[in-house]
Amino acid sequence: MAEITLEKVVKSYGAVKVVHGIDLSIAHEEFVVLVGPSGCGKSTTLRMIAGLEDISGGMIRIGGRVVNDLPPRKRNISMVFQNYALYPHMNVRDNLGFGLKIAGEPPATIAARVAEAAEILGLTPLLDRTPAELSGGQRQRVAMGRAIVRHPDAFLFDEPLSNLDAKLRGQMRAEIKKLHQKVRTTVVYVTHDQVEAMTLADRIVVMRDGHIEQVGTPMEVFNHPRTAFVATFIGSPPMNLLPATVSGGAVRLADGTAVPVPDRLKNQAREGQRVQLGIRPDDISPVGHGLSQDGPGAEVELTVDLAEPLGMESLIYTRLAGQEVQAKLYGPRIVQPGERLTFRLALDRAHLFDATTGLSVRAS
Amino acid sequence: MTEVVESAASKRLKRVALTMLTFLLMVLMCLPGLWVVLSAFRPNREILAKPPIWIPETLTLDNFGKIFGWGTEQVAIPVGSYFANSLIIALTSTVIALLIGMAGGYAFARYSFRGKGSLFLGFMLFRAVPGIALSLPVFMIWSRLGLIDTKAGLIIVYVSLNVPFTLWLIDGFFRQIPVSLSEAAQVDGCTRWQAFWKIEFPLARSGIAAAGVFAFLTSWNEFALASQLTRSTDSKTLPVGLLDFTAQFTIDWAGMCAMAVIIIIPALVLTFIVQKHLIAGLTFGGVKG
Repeated sequence: MAEITLEKVVKSYGAVKVVHGIDLSIAHEEFVVLVGPSGCGKSTTLRMIAGLEDISGGMIRIGGRVVNDLPPRKRNISMVFQNYALYPHMNVRDNLGFGLKIAGEPPATIAARVAEAAEILGLTPLLDRTPAELSGGQRQRVAMGRAIVRHPDAFLFDEPLSNLDAKLRGQMRAEIKKLHQKVRTTVVYVTHDQVEAMTLADRIVVMRDGHIEQVGTPMEVFNHPRTAFVATFIGSPPMNLLPATVSGGAVRLADGTAVPVPDRLKNQAREGQRVQLGIRPDDISPVGHGLSQDGPGAEVELTVDLAEPLGMESLIYTRLAGQEVQAKLYGPRIVQPGERLTFRLALDRAHLFDATTGLSVRAS
Repeated sequence: MTEVVESAASKRLKRVALTMLTFLLMVLMCLPGLWVVLSAFRPNREILAKPPIWIPETLTLDNFGKIFGWGTEQVAIPVGSYFANSLIIALTSTVIALLIGMAGGYAFARYSFRGKGSLFLGFMLFRAVPGIALSLPVFMIWSRLGLIDTKAGLIIVYVSLNVPFTLWLIDGFFRQIPVSLSEAAQVDGCTRWQAFWKIEFPLARSGIAAAGVFAFLTSWNEFALASQLTRSTDSKTLPVGLLDFTAQFTIDWAGMCAMAVIIIIPALVLTFIVQKHLIAGLTFGGVKG
């Protein structure tokens, strides 16, 4: 059993605090993804779990054991680094077996475990090559193999796919997911890519400026973002945020356009509250070209500024209440810039965030 | 058409000129060495002949015989002691300079500490001071401390001459090794120390070898300071020993050249052995691992 618990974990470099007392508990065999923009403290948090950074305050437990002062080698974790960190002077076999050799395992055990890991990752024909003779994807697999041979309590991944090209990244993402299904182990995975977060995670931890903004399953985080930041960070293209004021049961945008307050938010929105109306591009579509036609909505006529056809759908840039918004058009239809279309805002999936705190009105 | 021919001709001319220039430079560099080697195998009268005899008429091993005492004659120069002194002093100072260079270079490459920049600059500035400028102060201090004419005295001087260079070179090598390799090794179960010896040290080996060769050659060839700080067979090194061939009115050029060859050989052999590392070491920065 290897659950990982962080209690009020703080990291500061001199006077600069980069992680502000975060609490997080990761269940046994859970796949947790820490996601956020660069500088949000996600990598630092991972490195503190690994023991590569000292923690300035708080407590970290792995498998119930407090590891605050344990060096990395005593934590029984393994880590995949962004640049793979393969030992260049050893072949794949020795790279995989290095940890076991250091642990003093007998050669027969090492050979068996290396063979097992190589089999899982399809590295068997490459065992005698050096890292320099491998492609990016193969290096990535060796790095993962080195992590699994030791049968650790937890895997830590530090942006493992960011050095790969887009196609390979997609393949490796699937391989990591499969690997986790085969080798059930607790995983903490750091990325700045929300697609990786959505596809891999059992639970996503969205971080910003050294704080945790929200923890939840991918669908929870996507459907019920707790803050405006999470709303714009998760989902691509990002959610549109429009400044507005709640007045008379409607949300009034900057140019006076009034849309009804969604039913499920009616009780939470205060009269006169300054808010941001959040609508995903998928929920702003020309009439007849949207995802859903029923449910509460509002119709507005807008001018197309730019259209990016993607095949079965097009991304449309337009202006709503004086602000650029992105909209989606479903179906293979050509749209010209300057065209005026009636767009439907699907309000059942709209969000309201307090303008000052950024918190969802549901949460505040 | 003529233009093309002309340009081809001028190209060839340029190549010939460059080859000649290269050859000339090589001759300039190699001739003194060649002359020393040739003279080592010629009798003194042929070396001193006027007009000079360019092509050797007689080649002989007598000069070496005299030094090592094979023949009837033997020069009264304790070459064996000098050789031993040179070897002990050069090897010891190299090993110490390498150890300090490795520890210091690693520290400079991996840790940040107060005054790091100025300390590094200080080392480099110290390296810029010509050794001979230090000879008088070193002589005065060494004479007070009783280090004149001791191997230890010379070793200390050579270590301090070599450390800035070994440190600078080795620092550069450790800088090229990603920190994540050591971190990966630590996660894999190594202590910091094991991570250094099993991962970082083997990867920096070329640089360390290159630094070692430079340090060894500096100590092995050094003359100016050694001539001030040594007196007797207790500490005199081979380059200083060469002076023994000069008497008040005569210079035994043949003997001197033979001994020069003896000095050159170990340096040459060492350079040859680590040649591969040396080249790898000196070009490391340009090659992406």
